[in-house]
Formats: sequence, C-alpha cells, structure tokens
Amino acid sequence: MSLVKVTIDNIEVETEPGTTILQAARKIGGKGVPPAMCFYTSLEGSGGKCRTCLVKVTRGSDKDPRPMPKLVPSCRTVVQDGMVVQNITSPEVLQARRAITGFLLLNHPLDCPICDQAGECYLQDLSYDHGLAETQTIEERRTFVPIDIGDKIKLHMTRCILCYRCVMVADQLTGQRVHGVLNRGDHCEISTFITRAIDNDFSGNMIDVCPVGALTDRTFRFSSRVWLTKPFDAYRDCHKCSGKTVLWMKNDQILRVTGRKDKYGELESFICNDCRFEQKNVEDWVIEGPRIIERHSVISQNHYEQM
Amino acid sequence: MGKKLLLQHINEPGIQTFEVYRKMGGYASVEKALKTMKPDDVTEEVKKSGLRGRGGAGFPAGMKWSFIDKKSEKPRYLVCNADESEPGTFKDRYLMEKIPHALIEGMITSSYALGAKTSYIYIRGEYMYIVRILEKAIEEAYANGFLGKNILGTDYSLELYVHPGAGAYICGEETALLESLEGKRGNPRLKPPFPAIAGLYACPTVVNNVETIAAVVPIINNGGDEYAKIGIGKSTGTKLISASGHINKPGVYEIELGLPVEEFIYSEEYCGGIWKGRKLKAVVAGGSSVPILPTNLILTTAKGEPRLMTYESLSDGGFATGTMLGSGGFIVMDETASIVENLYTFARFYHHESCGQCSPCREGTGWMEKILHRIEEGRGSMKDIDLLADIAKHIEGNTICPLGDAAAWPVSSAIRHFRQEFEDHIKLQRCPLSR
Ligand SMILES: Cc1cc2nc3c(=O)[nH]c(=O)nc-3n(C[C@H](O)[C@H](O)[C@H](O)COP(=O)(O)O)c2cc1C
Ligand code: SF4
Ligand code: FES
Repeated sequence: MSLVKVTIDNIEVETEPGTTILQAARKIGGKGVPPAMCFYTSLEGSGGKCRTCLVKVTRGSDKDPRPMPKLVPSCRTVVQDGMVVQNITSPEVLQARRAITGFLLLNHPLDCPICDQAGECYLQDLSYDHGLAETQTIEERRTFVPIDIGDKIKLHMTRCILCYRCVMVADQLTGQRVHGVLNRGDHCEISTFITRAIDNDFSGNMIDVCPVGALTDRTFRFSSRVWLTKPFDAYRDCHKCSGKTVLWMKNDQILRVTGRKDKYGELESFICNDCRFEQKNVEDWVIEGPRIIERHSVISQNHYEQM
Repeated sequence: MGKKLLLQHINEPGIQTFEVYRKMGGYASVEKALKTMKPDDVTEEVKKSGLRGRGGAGFPAGMKWSFIDKKSEKPRYLVCNADESEPGTFKDRYLMEKIPHALIEGMITSSYALGAKTSYIYIRGEYMYIVRILEKAIEEAYANGFLGKNILGTDYSLELYVHPGAGAYICGEETALLESLEGKRGNPRLKPPFPAIAGLYACPTVVNNVETIAAVVPIINNGGDEYAKIGIGKSTGTKLISASGHINKPGVYEIELGLPVEEFIYSEEYCGGIWKGRKLKAVVAGGSSVPILPTNLILTTAKGEPRLMTYESLSDGGFATGTMLGSGGFIVMDETASIVENLYTFARFYHHESCGQCSPCREGTGWMEKILHRIEEGRGSMKDIDLLADIAKHIEGNTICPLGDAAAWPVSSAIRHFRQEFEDHIKLQRCPLSR
C-alpha cells in the first residue's frame, strides 16, 4: 500500500493510509503534537469529545484541496494524501485550545494541592501550556461527593473531564458492564449503576487511563506525592496479564503499581488487579531497572543520580 | 389564500380516521408509487420538487435520499424524526395529531423509494397521546393493506413502528436519535460516517423530519415540477410555521414559501398583527436556535429589500444582519419583552439539554446561563457582556453536534442587536422591562 503524505506545521511526514492527524503528528513528535485528553489508541470509539486536539486543515488533500470549514478533532480525522494541517502555527487553533482549557477548568475544583494525580495530571500540563493565568469565572463550581467504586478505586467526580475512557475500559476490557455515564450536560456523572461495585480483574486500568485525578488508587491515596517516588520497570509471572509494570517506590517500599505508559499516557498493555493492588512486596517482583519518564510534567523530575 | 398541500383537509370531520382520510384522496401516492413507479423514479420526483428538509437544516431531501448506500448488502432504514423539542416549534405535533395518516402515507411512499423494509417514527416522549393516535392510524393502515406484507398486492412489504423517546432535545439530533433508537444513551455520533452510509445498526439510513416526509405525498400525487412551482428559487413548496408570542393569532400556519414576513405577521390570514396594539420589537424566526432579529432587520434585509419567508431571504446578510428559516418556529416579541430575560430562558434550556459529551457545550452552556441569570437579576458587570460573547464564539463550530451552535447563536445575536439592553440591565442593576 502506498503511503500518504501530510504536512503538519510545515513538517512533512509519510504515514499509512487510515492514520489520523494525531497519530501522524505523534510520528513527527515534539511540540507540534496536539494535546489529547480523551483519545486513547487502544480504546475503540474513543476521542472526539474533549476538543483539545482541534487543528486546522488548510488543504484537504491533493484530490480536493479545499480547506475544511471548521477546526477538526485531529484524533478522529483521517489524513489524506496532500493534506496540510496547522496546529501550533495557527493562532486560531491556539485560541480555541485556550478556550477549551478554560471550559475544562470551569467546574474543576483546582484542588491540586490535595490531589494524588498532581504532578502527572494531563489537565495540569494542559493548563500550564494553554491556560490563562487568571480565572474568568466568579460562578460557583458544581460539586459532587467523592465515592468509592469498588474497594480499590476512588471517584472524585468533581475532577472528571468526561473523557469516557474509563467507561470504555469497563465496556471493552471487562466482561460485565456495570459502569457508565448518568445524567446529562454538566450534571453528568461517571457511575456504577446504582452504586454497584466494580469487581473484576481488570477494573484497575480505569485508574491508568484517567487523564486527571478523578479515579485514583485507594491503596496509594495520600501516601506520597508522585514525584517523590521513583519508578522502576518490573515484571512478575502472572497468568492473567503480561505482568509488566512500573513500581513506584520510596526507599525500598512499593507505594504503588501501575502499567507502563508512554509519553502520551497510553499503556503498553493493560495489567490485572492482582499485579496492581496485591503485590506490594519487593520480593514479588523482578526489577529491571529505573524507568525514564519522557513526559515534560513534574513527574519526570526524579533524580536518579541522588538515589 | 395561500395554497395548502399539507393542511388542506384539516377541518374535515373525522379526518383522523382511515376512512375519511381515504375518502379525501388519501393513500393515492402509495398506489401511484407502488403500482406505476420504480423506487428511483420516486426519488427523482422528490429531487425535482426541490423539497428541503423541514427539520431545521434545510438540506435537499432528494439529494439526501440519493446518498443512501444502495450497494450495501445490509437492510436500509427510513427513520422519521418526530422528536420536535426546539422551543417555539410545534408544527409536527399539529400535523400528527390532526391528520396522522398524512405522515403514515408519506412514510410508506418514502420507504418504498429508499427500499426500506422496516421504518421507524421516533417521537418525543412527551407526545405520548400522539403515540396512541399514530399507533391507531398504523393499525388501520395494516388492516387496509397499506402496511405489512405485499402492500396492495405488490411485492413490496413494510413494517412501521412508533418509538417514543424519553424526553431529550438532543435526541432530535439525527445521530443521537439513532443511538437512542438502538437503546443506548442519546449521545450524538462523530461524523463521518453519515447515516446514509452507517446509520441505524450501522446500516444505510435516512432520517427526515415529519413535515418533510408528509410533503412527499403531494409531490408524488401532483409531480415534483408542480410542487416546485410554489415558492421562490431554492425555497419551493409550502412550509408549516409555528407562530407564537405576542401576536393576535398564534398557531400553526401553512404558508407558501416566499410570503413576505411583514404580511405573515400583520395579515388577518396569518398572525393578525401584534397583540394589544403594541409595537413589534424582535422576532426569532426559525426556532430558539436561530439568531434573533430586531424589527427593522426582520421586516427588511440590510439592503432594504422586503424580507421573505424563504431559506435564502431570511439568511440574507449572514449572521451579521440575517437569521435562518430553521424549523419554522416563529416567536414574536412586542416592545414589553425583555431580550435578556428571554435569552436567559433559552440559555437555561440549552444548559439543561446539552448531552455533556464535548467540553465547549457541556461547560459553556452552563456558564452562559449563570452569567445571564446574573445580568437579568441586576448583578452583572459590563465585562460580562464581552465574556458572554467570547464564550459563545468559542462554543460555536467547536463541538461534536450543532447543539453547541444552537446555544451560542441566540447569545451572540442578542448581544449584536440589543447590546444597549444588556448595558441598561447592568447600570440599573435590575431588568428595566420585566414586571
Ligand atoms: C440539537 C438538535 C435537535 C434537533 N431536533 C430535531 C427535531 O426535533 N426534529 C427534526 O426533525 N430535526 C431535528 N434536528 C435536525 C436533525 O438532526 C436532522 O437534521 C433532521 O431530522 C433531518 O431531517 P430533514 O432533512 O427532513 O430536516 C435537530 C438537530 C439538532 C442539532
Ligand atoms: S455539542 Fe453539546 S449536545 Fe452536542 S455532542 Fe457536544 S455536548 Fe453533546
Ligand atoms: S483527544 Fe481529540 S477530542 Fe479529545
């Protein structure tokens, strides 16, 4: 199959047909990659919702060179041969992204000082990169009471940006569907239907796919700021999953176990709840070595040389 | 008197029943189509008629039908959009309630054109009493051989179902409607793919408004060319207008497209003028979603030509000085109406109805409502006006479905044309007009 050529922010790249603009931009890498708060490669049907990845298509393709009338979600728009895209070179895109960041923060509690996700939060990064320095709102924020969904996962709905990733994990990865979105608009709630606990072997992955601090690990809660722990690649023989994880350690204690994420927050493979929640002794694992975190977030500020 | 094609027999006693409807010439289009025309000929007539979608967007119906993927092995569906939830719009209700067989007849003829063997009428849950009316009409059509197996002895068969929604404006958006019809949460889908390629159960599907489908009946009976003779340019045929607000005679009117707006508001045949001898202040011409226009711009275009009830004339001048025909929900406000108060009502509606999938609409609609509430109650600041306009601007065009636009347009147009009124609210710290 012949490759298609697409130009993003003046950089040309060749990709497989059927690739999205976002994937093509990730192939180029660097600053020109649109932020993606809801898209998740391995979750079918994800993306298109948060609108942070909007880009401008100034030329549709060689066949139909007309520009697209509106900004398009790069995560769900497939590249065409000869397409020209503007991301950070378009003031219009940056302006929209700033507005979208404002929308996402409008009802967000901004409780980073007491949030376990702080330091590895995509909303924090987005606000840092694209947000306004001052708030435009004096309105009261909508709030929800935190609830436990299952005995290992905490839901802070106030922090949720409704990316739907966790719903898709529950839907696509786990057998039984007990978790979805209730209500409408800004009263939407991620919820287990009638507070039924989520109880299956892979539910913990909902924590890993959550871009913000809405779903957190109850076995880790409040035990440390993430950037004070040191990540190590480790594995164990597991008959349920690949057993390949990251251990987040303080001294020789394992504070939390997660899957292995790339710089876009996407997991190499989903891991089982056994590995994630139950194996907190160093003897349970074979440690491969320190994990380098490629993200530009606070979390990458660990200094291995000081260990 | 303007020509009536849909509401012609509305006052005939018993027209709700099959017997009387049939006696008045009903179901002739089914006979004509099934016995003398090929499905593509029916589509061809609809194309010739110039009929445009009556649900709001005004997309040419015949063209939409011709997009349906006929090469696909999958079943094809026709889905009638009877969700009618746009504030100010109540024409479909009137048609279905008064003359239900007109819709059933249109469904059969249109389904035949599309090659659909199963079709649905998706109706808003609040119209429960109409569900019963339609189900009775469908029962009569089955009993008389116009539905079911081998209609009129031909080899065409059709099953028709009525499916009530659960009370959500968003389920009027065609892809949310399809999700809901499939039994899922009514969230709009990302497009492409469009329903003509992958609609209901991922099969080729056409979604049309009640009035669009009912209009197929006179088009097939009299021919597309005959239909196209009514109206002006690309606005052909007749249109149902739901007229409400400060007029002497609110109600549903069938007009010939091309009627001057001024005549529609002031003539005895239609709205009968502004009530209580008051002056006209503003009109929302096509349902709550379209830009509001002040008196001078609704009666004439910015160029000074008389404004006509057509898709083109109403949108003349773009959003700077024009609006849209939309679904034909014609809301009239007299000089005592508060624009800010009305806008706040609209904003509450859109906030309540946003599905919450995409962030600009989910968050922006609530934000606009809160600011408008503040201004209406006299707690606004001058900065709020620009902030409102800014929020609307950033919702518009950046959402998955047009509900975001629908929430933004009333706000930006009200500020554009009635900025002074916002400022008065803020300076006086109260609504200068509300009682
Ligand atoms: C939020 C929203 C609500 C809508 N509600 C309706 C409705 O109640 N009835 C309707 O016919 N079309 C409605 N539409 C338009 C439909 O999406 C679709 O365009 C229409 O049903 C197509 O039929 P038509 O081509 O015959 O107009 C709505 C659109 C949006 C975005
Ligand atoms: S624009 Fe509003 S209603 Fe439409 S998909 Fe987005 S959140 Fe839902
Ligand atoms: S990542 Fe594309 S819309 Fe959310």
